[in-house]
Amino acid sequence: MIPLELYLLVSALLFVIGVIGVLIRREAIVIFMSIEMMLSAVGIALVAASRVYEALDGMILAFLGMTVAASEAAIGLAIFVLLHRTYKGVKVDDINLLKG
Amino acid sequence: MIEYVWLIPLFPAIGFLINGLISRWYNLPKAFIAWVACSALALSFIGSAAVFFELLKLPPELRVKIPDVILFDWVVSGDLRTVIGYKVDPLSMVMALVVTGVSFLIHVYSVGYMHEDPGFARYFSYLNLFVFMMLNLVLANNFLLMFLGWEGVGLCSYLLIGFWFENEAPPRAGLKAFIVNRVGDFGFLIGLFLIFSKLGTLIFDEVFAKASTLDPWTVTLITLMLFVGATGKSAQLPLYVWLPDAMEGPTPVSSLIHAATMVTAGVYMVARCHVLYEMAPLSMMVVATVGALTAIFAASMALVQVDFKRILAYSTISQLGYMFLAVGVGAYSAGIFHLMTHAFFKALLFLAAGSVMHALAGELDIRRMGQLKEKMPITFWTFLLAALAIAGIPGFSGFFSKDEILWNAFSSPKGHAILWLIGLITAGMTAFYMFRLCFMAFFGRFRGDHEVFHHAHESPPIMTIPMIVLAVLSVIGGYVGIPHVLGGHNYFHKFLSPVFKLHENLPHGEGSEKLELLLMVVSVAVALFGIFLAFNLYLRNPELPKKLSEKWAKAYKILWNKYYVDEIYGFIFVEGTKGFGRILWHNFDEAVIDRTVNWIGSLMKIMGAGLRLFQTGFVRDYILGILVGALILMLLIL
Repeated sequence: MIPLELYLLVSALLFVIGVIGVLIRREAIVIFMSIEMMLSAVGIALVAASRVYEALDGMILAFLGMTVAASEAAIGLAIFVLLHRTYKGVKVDDINLLKG
Repeated sequence: MIEYVWLIPLFPAIGFLINGLISRWYNLPKAFIAWVACSALALSFIGSAAVFFELLKLPPELRVKIPDVILFDWVVSGDLRTVIGYKVDPLSMVMALVVTGVSFLIHVYSVGYMHEDPGFARYFSYLNLFVFMMLNLVLANNFLLMFLGWEGVGLCSYLLIGFWFENEAPPRAGLKAFIVNRVGDFGFLIGLFLIFSKLGTLIFDEVFAKASTLDPWTVTLITLMLFVGATGKSAQLPLYVWLPDAMEGPTPVSSLIHAATMVTAGVYMVARCHVLYEMAPLSMMVVATVGALTAIFAASMALVQVDFKRILAYSTISQLGYMFLAVGVGAYSAGIFHLMTHAFFKALLFLAAGSVMHALAGELDIRRMGQLKEKMPITFWTFLLAALAIAGIPGFSGFFSKDEILWNAFSSPKGHAILWLIGLITAGMTAFYMFRLCFMAFFGRFRGDHEVFHHAHESPPIMTIPMIVLAVLSVIGGYVGIPHVLGGHNYFHKFLSPVFKLHENLPHGEGSEKLELLLMVVSVAVALFGIFLAFNLYLRNPELPKKLSEKWAKAYKILWNKYYVDEIYGFIFVEGTKGFGRILWHNFDEAVIDRTVNWIGSLMKIMGAGLRLFQTGFVRDYILGILVGALILMLLIL
């Protein structure tokens, strides 16, 4: 049986890749993909832990996370379409009207 | 008829509403305004007379037991219940008759005096409002309604002093009167609060019935506080300073408000509260002393003044001092008697002053008058009668009332020979300055502009007839109170004595009659000496006053400047308050409040400038912030 530590390692790796992606990329869609990746990383960790400790809570939380991610994608993509119409592109640095 | 006593103050109120409200939008003819104002007063006077005669029909003991006429509840809140209610007893009816009678005559006079004034309607509406308030003051059956009248007459006084508000002096004088009166009214209010907190009621009969439960110190405090109010309203030391300035108002106003009626409110109040004052010997002593000192102090200032109306103003203060001397030694009916006779002759003196001003185009300086008796015989003769009355010459009203006061000051258990002596000297001074005024204005050669003298003329009948009526009253007004020693019955005293019940135990021993006659002779001699002195100084040797004033230059200067009281008050109170305000302005308002507020403002600015650095507008920066924050939290937890 694969030990829990390996699962957590993969999860942490995916999460860090996601964070780095969010930090260094400027396209909103890529940032969004990175965020999804971070969510998936958390999902892996949850499911693995739930298997090891034989508790269902983690799995339920993972499903919840997937549901949230799906609805996020729906709303997020709609926002991107609108942003694209306004700015001709979805570079996040262009969206700075609120800067003081 | 007694239950309709509320009609007496109602008529002037209606007159006030008609003249005051309608003329605001619609230009009423002057004749209509005059008719409304005067007939309101005439009806009010008839009403007072009707109630008065109704009262005379009752036996003396019952006259003070008439139940109050209560119209409706006024303020009801918790324990406090006040009513609009009027009290009918000999004291209130004497006051109502004097107020309505003199007011009616002065209203008629004013029609002639003010006929060219653009503020005709305003003038008469104020005057009607004044009479309404004054009647509330004297007829009220409780302290609160009395206080309403008390403040109301103060308001009308302010409005009428500043009637010619286009000029600079009248509004200032009005303001001065109002502010000085506020000082007194403050004391009066404290007195009312004390009464209510100790006794739980403000209705006269209940207060006086329960008064015996109060401890002496509380009563002393209450009566002294009420007397502070009286010193303000009745222009006594130390709050008399507003009255001379109040002469800026139209002359009939000076006559009505600042001589005959409003300023006597304090005397009436002390007489009305005699039950309380009798319980506080200290307060009685204060009242008598303040009265006597004011009498002589004001009379001395009148000696050297040259303004016709101001001499009369100081004379009024001095005579009011007499009245307080009387009520202070427990001779309430003598005080009210003098109040009445004074109302007649002092109102007349002022009306004569108005008539002279009318003739001389507003001239008030008696150094530029003279010889007027040829031009204005009616004014001269009525003035002379009033002057004889105020000087206390036998046969005139002032003689009876003044001698009753002097006799009481001497003989009453609360009196003192010193009080009598002060009163006597004041009587001599009064005779002197009144006849100085009379000789300078009406005798000798005219000293002003020849053109003015040429145009001088007697006033129209609408002005002289009220003067003649008042002159008759000034002469015969005293006959209702001829003392026993002169073979009279002193009806006035008998009429009022049920009100004051046991509080006037005048000595009527065998020896006292001779003493009373002796004192009477002395005071008449002093008055005659004063007149003789004035005659010598101002008619026979017109050069002498100048020499005397040079010889006694210092004393003359002090009197001329009215003991510098205005300057002292101005320095201590006005400049003191201003200086205190300036200190607060610079050291507290600017240094503490402003600086604190500014400091908070700049602190916010600095904080904002610092925080703005984090607000870059780049999403990545925020995410970095979140990440760093999350890492820190993780490190802290683990």
